[in-house]
Amino acid sequence: MATAVAAASSRVAKPPVKRPAGEAAWRWLREHLVVIYAALALLYMFLPIFVVVMFSFNNPAGRYNFTWQGFTTKNWTNVCGVPGMCSAVTLSLKIGVLSTILATLFGTLIAFAIVRHRFYGRTATNMLIFLPMATPEVVMGSSLLALFINMNVSLGFTTILVAHILFNISFVVVTVKARLQGLDPRLEQAAMDLYANEWQTFRRITLPLVFPGILAAALLAFSLSFDDFIITNFNAGSQTVTFPMFVWGAAQRGIPAQINVIGTLMFTIALVVTLAVTLAGRRRAHR
Amino acid sequence: MTAAPTARIASPTGPASVVRRKRGRFLPYWLLLPGLAWLIIFFVVPMVTLLTTSLQTGDPFNGYSLTWHWANYSDALRTYHAQLIRSFEYAAIATVAALLIAYPLAYAIAFKAGRWKNVLLVLVVAPFFTSFLVRTLAWETILSDNGFVVRVLRDVGLLGANGRLLATPVAVVCGLTYNFLPFMTLPLYASLEKIDPRLVHAANDLYANSFTAFWKVTWPMSMPGVVGGTLLTFIPAAGDFVNVQFLGAPQQQMIGNVIQSRFLVASDYPVASSLSVMLMFLILVLVVVYIRRAGTEELV
Amino acid sequence: MPEGSLQDLRLVGLTKRFGAMTAVDDIELTIPSGSFFALLGPSGCGKTTTLRMVAGLEEPTTGAILIGDQDISRHKPYKRPVNTVFQNYALFPHLDVFENVAFGLRRRGVRNVKQQVDEMLDLVELSGFGPRKPAQLSGGQQQRVALARALINRPQVLLLDEPLGALDLKLRRQMQLELKRIQVEVGLTFVHVTHDQEEAMTMADCIAVMNAGHIEQLGSPTDLYDNPSTVFVANFLGQSNLVRAQVTGTDSDNLLLNVQGNRVVVPRARSRAEGTEVLLGVRPEKLHLAPASADATPAANTFTGTVLDTSFIGVSTQYVVRTAWGQEVTAFAQNDGRAALVPPGADVVLSWHPEHGFCLDASEDLTAGVVIDDEADVRPTAGART
Ligand SMILES: Nc1ncnc2c1ncn2[C@@H]1O[C@H](COP(=O)(O)OP(=O)(O)OP(=O)(O)O)[C@@H](O)[C@H]1O
Ligand SMILES: [Mg+2]
Repeated sequence: MATAVAAASSRVAKPPVKRPAGEAAWRWLREHLVVIYAALALLYMFLPIFVVVMFSFNNPAGRYNFTWQGFTTKNWTNVCGVPGMCSAVTLSLKIGVLSTILATLFGTLIAFAIVRHRFYGRTATNMLIFLPMATPEVVMGSSLLALFINMNVSLGFTTILVAHILFNISFVVVTVKARLQGLDPRLEQAAMDLYANEWQTFRRITLPLVFPGILAAALLAFSLSFDDFIITNFNAGSQTVTFPMFVWGAAQRGIPAQINVIGTLMFTIALVVTLAVTLAGRRRAHR
Repeated sequence: MTAAPTARIASPTGPASVVRRKRGRFLPYWLLLPGLAWLIIFFVVPMVTLLTTSLQTGDPFNGYSLTWHWANYSDALRTYHAQLIRSFEYAAIATVAALLIAYPLAYAIAFKAGRWKNVLLVLVVAPFFTSFLVRTLAWETILSDNGFVVRVLRDVGLLGANGRLLATPVAVVCGLTYNFLPFMTLPLYASLEKIDPRLVHAANDLYANSFTAFWKVTWPMSMPGVVGGTLLTFIPAAGDFVNVQFLGAPQQQMIGNVIQSRFLVASDYPVASSLSVMLMFLILVLVVVYIRRAGTEELV
Repeated sequence: MPEGSLQDLRLVGLTKRFGAMTAVDDIELTIPSGSFFALLGPSGCGKTTTLRMVAGLEEPTTGAILIGDQDISRHKPYKRPVNTVFQNYALFPHLDVFENVAFGLRRRGVRNVKQQVDEMLDLVELSGFGPRKPAQLSGGQQQRVALARALINRPQVLLLDEPLGALDLKLRRQMQLELKRIQVEVGLTFVHVTHDQEEAMTMADCIAVMNAGHIEQLGSPTDLYDNPSTVFVANFLGQSNLVRAQVTGTDSDNLLLNVQGNRVVVPRARSRAEGTEVLLGVRPEKLHLAPASADATPAANTFTGTVLDTSFIGVSTQYVVRTAWGQEVTAFAQNDGRAALVPPGADVVLSWHPEHGFCLDASEDLTAGVVIDDEADVRPTAGART
């Protein structure tokens, strides 16, 4: 009885009985253990990012950028000073944009078919969507290369693009599908009931409501494409160099600090874009 | 003119004309066409090509031809079984480590983050926006011989005076663990987030200690995330060759390195293909068995 | 007002099957223009399916839907002069209230929507809510937006699928009156689906009681209540005491019945039964309960019995009486202060006016349509507990 009263009052005022400080600290630690652990994990995840950012300001002595030599901004002012790097970035951007557009289009169409229609071969289609995601990149890359070799296709921009669209489709389907499945079909029926024909319903109701899913899929596809190395490495040939391939090559020959500049830029831009999308979504939900 | 309301009450059913909408029956196939065609031409067909290539014989100069040479597989296994086994070992260790790191993180975001959930999720993914290779190079810097980590480990005696981390299995597994963390964290978060926190509270009331409560309620309910996350981490880790290249040494070569160099350096397509086929096959078997055992088939 | 003059809605042999299951079974119904029509039935009886076929969101397996003389059953939903208030409103979450309401007008190419939308928001008492998003509205407000969004198109028929189902009891009562007011004001045909019999009776001019895909009975609320034609209706709409009886004869206007040795008279016009075995029904509030006196002569339309249970409800008292032959019947007595409460155990005489009895077919299941779990203030009572 007395303890119950004490517990009840402790919520209002300070507990009447002082506990030993050690016990209180232990209690606090136990209650916040998960949060502390999570904070440490987050710190661990950001550790390489700190290094990337920091070493983008390094003034390396030799060809390698592994030890801190001194602060400089010359890597930032002279990003394209490294032969071949900026063209590699441009190529990656180009492939990223093109493969994102096509994969988002193809994947979104598939997602609509799977969610909105019952058709013969639906299970097989789902399987075919799942399989590429369960395939290790070396296998996907080498199998495409085997095809290109057997077909005598010369490797380059087109083969990279083909490969990037391929591995992006499944991720787009999965992302858009999730959004589409959460869409109440009655909204579209209500639109039809209110004199919107099929196209108007799609344009005014379906598309705006599914758009966040499509946008997320496109962002995912772009970052997967921009960052892909293993599959690209198999299908690029020797002349076409994307940014990850440039890094790979540089790692054998000597690593210019400008690579860290690009890394930092990628991180910053992606972070800003996703935070903006997230916060916009939150504002929309709150309004 | 207003008629009186009428109704025929509970009369027997009479036959009448049957109507059915014919239009739009082929629509799903049109929607599927471009994407599925792409997947079939550039995924299914290459897999078949890979299979036939793995049965070819010849040499890089005179070309290869299909001779149904199954011995490619036994040859490849004899030469590279160590790398194959090592790939699965490293991938398994990295997967477990990633689970240990990501689970509490996902748990904290799902149950403790409140309105910061989405922002925290972005932060969890953010480090992986920098290029895969660039962040692996950053680990090379962190683990390098005159880096901070090695110096501390040497000072406290965990490493010998000349001990190093780079070019050891530890560095490779560290890299693998780190690089695929978001693939672990996001599925875990997705399934943890679906759990009603009141259920966790009820469990905490029901069971003597919160560990039992976690083990009996939260963990089983997060199983789909655990299965999804471990698969999405294990598969790319098993096929990776970048981490070995940057953080390891030839003694730590994984199957990915072999496939890569057999294909691109030695142009030994049949053996490289047979290794690819075996890797794919083993992964598929593993996925099927694992999903069956874990009882979650909603991944597909 | 709607384009052209208002016309009747007719359902002709309307049937819908989902695989082997028949959701709507050959319905034949005429809904007069300008009426407030209620489709009443238990959950799963096919009300929503019927409405969806009228709206064009579900294709009839067989049958036709006519407005006036025009068969609209093959028309696309957006080609029908019919609008729906959905069961869960289905407001467009990405559009504000104004755009939700304006949606139908815009799709039909109406230019100046501002004035019409404002008028409509006035009508549903939501003026000033235009810029809000649906998520920022209360349930009742969302309901009004859904109503305004449909009404603004002045359809020939407005379909309302349990529009008040998601509201709490108090708000529901208020919205019932509101809906009725709006219907009178706009003069459109409302087809209102509900499984709340009280809601149907307070609002509708005409009710069709639906059960398992077909229509059990059609009529005005008083018709249905006073003269139910099936056991289902007798039990689903209010409560009924049902007892088995034999027809012993007829006179010019009446059926003469024998109920366990008691003589009962029922007007012939109030009988739906054929043959000699019938079910006699009397509503609990039509039964008059009086203490048995020793010298009572057995009169027509009386039963004797013993009070088993007396529950004081406030405005009335509910008695459960075991009749001489052991059946339990329910009687309600107004607490008008003229009679004292009868305690359990007392012997009583139950009597009723012949005009208040009705006869139903004896082959029916006595418990058909018994309302077991309704959140409305109707207490569960088996038609007859034997
Ligand atoms: N798309 C469908 N596929 C299969 N069966 C269906 C479908 N829609 C409805 N049904 C079935 O048809 C029957 C009638 O459903 P309906 O939705 O019309 O009931 P209702 O009278 O509106 O019920 P409630 O009061 O619960 O809304 C139910 O048994 C339901 O399970
Ligand atoms: Mg319904």
